[in-house]
Amino acid sequence: MSLVFHSPRSAEEAASLLAADPTARPLVGGTDLIVQMRSGSAVPSAIVDLKRIPGLAEIRPHNGGFAIGAATPCTALLKDPELCRAWPGVVEAANLIGSVQVRNRATMAGNLCNASPAADSVPALVAAGATCLVIGPDGEREVAARDIPTGPGKTSLKSGEFIAEIRLPPRPSGGADAYLRSIPRTEMDIAVVGAGVALQVDADGVCTAARIALGAVGPTVVLVEEAGAALVGTRFEDSALEDMVQKVRAACRPIDDKRGPAAYRTAMAGVLARRVVSIARERAGAEA
Amino acid sequence: MSKIAVCTEVNSDVHEFLCDPGDSLLDALREKLDLTGSKEGCGSGDCGACTVMLDGEMVCSCLVLAAEADGRKIVTIEGVAEGSVLHPLQQKFLELGALQCGFCTPGLIVSAKALLDSKPDPDEEEVRYWLAGNLCRCTGYDKVVRAVMETAAELRQEGVKA
Repeated sequence: MSLVFHSPRSAEEAASLLAADPTARPLVGGTDLIVQMRSGSAVPSAIVDLKRIPGLAEIRPHNGGFAIGAATPCTALLKDPELCRAWPGVVEAANLIGSVQVRNRATMAGNLCNASPAADSVPALVAAGATCLVIGPDGEREVAARDIPTGPGKTSLKSGEFIAEIRLPPRPSGGADAYLRSIPRTEMDIAVVGAGVALQVDADGVCTAARIALGAVGPTVVLVEEAGAALVGTRFEDSALEDMVQKVRAACRPIDDKRGPAAYRTAMAGVLARRVVSIARERAGAEA
Repeated sequence: MSKIAVCTEVNSDVHEFLCDPGDSLLDALREKLDLTGSKEGCGSGDCGACTVMLDGEMVCSCLVLAAEADGRKIVTIEGVAEGSVLHPLQQKFLELGALQCGFCTPGLIVSAKALLDSKPDPDEEEVRYWLAGNLCRCTGYDKVVRAVMETAAELRQEGVKA
């Protein structure tokens, strides 16, 4: 089986190369794809390296928020002070993945498309309301980040399509985000559970909006709308937090595996949700 | 399978070689350029024994395709010493015995140098987090961390860049 390597210079060229060959795979950081090729779990007939498409590794302002090129490595996010100020939870989540070596190559777009239920950047992106610019043979479309993964290793992208950029909205006033994961080590591990939140607090300390997303408790990222709703209109009183935690746990459908039993994951999802809400609330207050 | 011509700068020398599309950069360094200092421990980005600098950023060369390296700059462990004069980090690893079998050492040195180049005064926690992607199954890391901290202190005293 022969393999071909392409290095297109435009998004259109990349889309036509991908569309021409159903087993072609786009390459950005390669930290999942190359491992899969080596183990034989991915056997593409062509690799389409997107990194030489101009602008694809850049972060630029977009509609008051940010457009993060799909080939932007996780560590490059840390070098953008505006992005770090606006979406610290997203930047932190992306920089929990692997080691420095891995994060110098790995991207959030790749993390989304690898579609692991335990992907660290995904709950943070979903909580933040991120969208993706998807380019394909039929042109462009904008898709919510939460709609990209459809199951372990599976995405909603059609043949020939790839993510060209991830878009984050402007940080709302009184808004803040946070992400935490649970792992048995301090680094270089895969989330047993992850929880991300983006919320808004008004001048009186009342929560006006909250989105809570969980990783590794279902086949895809889980946006728990009712958990966010449990916080809206409250001042984060204990009863409100407990209500939120119950709704988070009720939404968990984890599996038992070597990383952790289902009951532990469900319990920890509530613990982490409470912690991320507390961090985000503090961040929102610090900015008020 | 058609071969790909790659032209890349490795340790300040321009190299041209032909590779297969699926070859890793590590394969090319070891087999085409005979630079066997970088090691393959795991082939999956977990162990860091293949760490090299690619356009100034440390990466696992097992997770880079050789074809991606066209037109880019690479520094490997072979580019760390100046001729026969060891880099202070290499000297300190020897002095403190911060290695046993030595398989992880090239990756650790490249990673530690990248840290000191960007941050000459790291604390111990920063050193340990930075080196988290370099696994050593012999020494238990304490001597490694001490070697990096002591080298950093000496370089600061001498006012030299790592």
